[in-house]
Amino acid sequence: MTGLSSTEFRDLVVAMSGAIAANSEQLTALDSAIGDGDHGANMKRGFEAVEGELEQLADKPVPDALKAAGMKLVMTVGGASGPLFGTFFMTLGKELPEDFDRAGFVDAFGKAVDAVAARGKSHAGQKTMLDVLYPLRDAMLEGLDLAGIAACADAAAEATIPMLATRGRASFLGERSIGHMDPGAASVALLAGVVAQTLKNHTRNLEP
Amino acid sequence: MNVGIVIVSHSPLVAQGAADMVRQMVGNEVTLAWCGGDPAGGLGTSVEAITKAIDEAWSDAGVAVLVDLGGAETNTEMAIEFIGEPRASQIAICNAPIVEGAIMAATEASGGAPLATVVATAEELSPL
Repeated sequence: MTGLSSTEFRDLVVAMSGAIAANSEQLTALDSAIGDGDHGANMKRGFEAVEGELEQLADKPVPDALKAAGMKLVMTVGGASGPLFGTFFMTLGKELPEDFDRAGFVDAFGKAVDAVAARGKSHAGQKTMLDVLYPLRDAMLEGLDLAGIAACADAAAEATIPMLATRGRASFLGERSIGHMDPGAASVALLAGVVAQTLKNHTRNLEP
Repeated sequence: MNVGIVIVSHSPLVAQGAADMVRQMVGNEVTLAWCGGDPAGGLGTSVEAITKAIDEAWSDAGVAVLVDLGGAETNTEMAIEFIGEPRASQIAICNAPIVEGAIMAATEASGGAPLATVVATAEELSPL
């Protein structure tokens, strides 16, 4: 894998936005259980805003497009997810060379995850989106293929169900947060799944 | 020049109400701005609106920001980062309850106290 074509970038944005829109009610339902019930609607608004600028984004080099998409999420999401997902994409764009290979991507991905942790003043194990982001990074480092990476993300999101939330709104619930999937973790897994599927459709196999 | 006060709530009604209380109880000796609501007008916060409120309340003595929950704080941190230096280091988020904190901060600010004192006074309201 070297770089990402403009068509691939375009398809990735449309796939991510479509998946968030199709699952926004479910994401909001997860958030209603342990958060403030706006995650799906907020994410949908953010990703639709990014998709709305698809043409301008696709004309940019991929790192710049990622930075601009992240900024758009920050400005439009309206909840904590805006700065968190926005920081992820902005840092990914900042750290990614224009012509990247798998190792370059994984390195930038890892830095983007660390930036999300810093932004949220959080770490793994607190029942947050980080509990899918870190396993995703590790799956890539271990050299798993696209299907393996997506499966790992799903398993990691499932694994947030029995966790006790110690960061974010869900932490207000204490023990009552146990038994529900974290909505941020669910969103990350959903996005990882469609990214993997889209790259697979482009016959990318992310060979280590 | 007195420290300015910004109130950021998920709800525009809460933010405006808190600002009204500051105006009535403290007076007009401090610059004051508020914002609330997500970019679509629902409950939430907006980085753009927060940035605008900080500009509105701007004082060379600095600005103390009172926030309610979660995203209000994260979005305010983001806004401060975008504003950048040299102004960023003169903007402080108070770890304090929004209504009481705004009134205490504004009271301290109206007496001409520096930003660090304004923030510390508001934060005395928070449990240790």
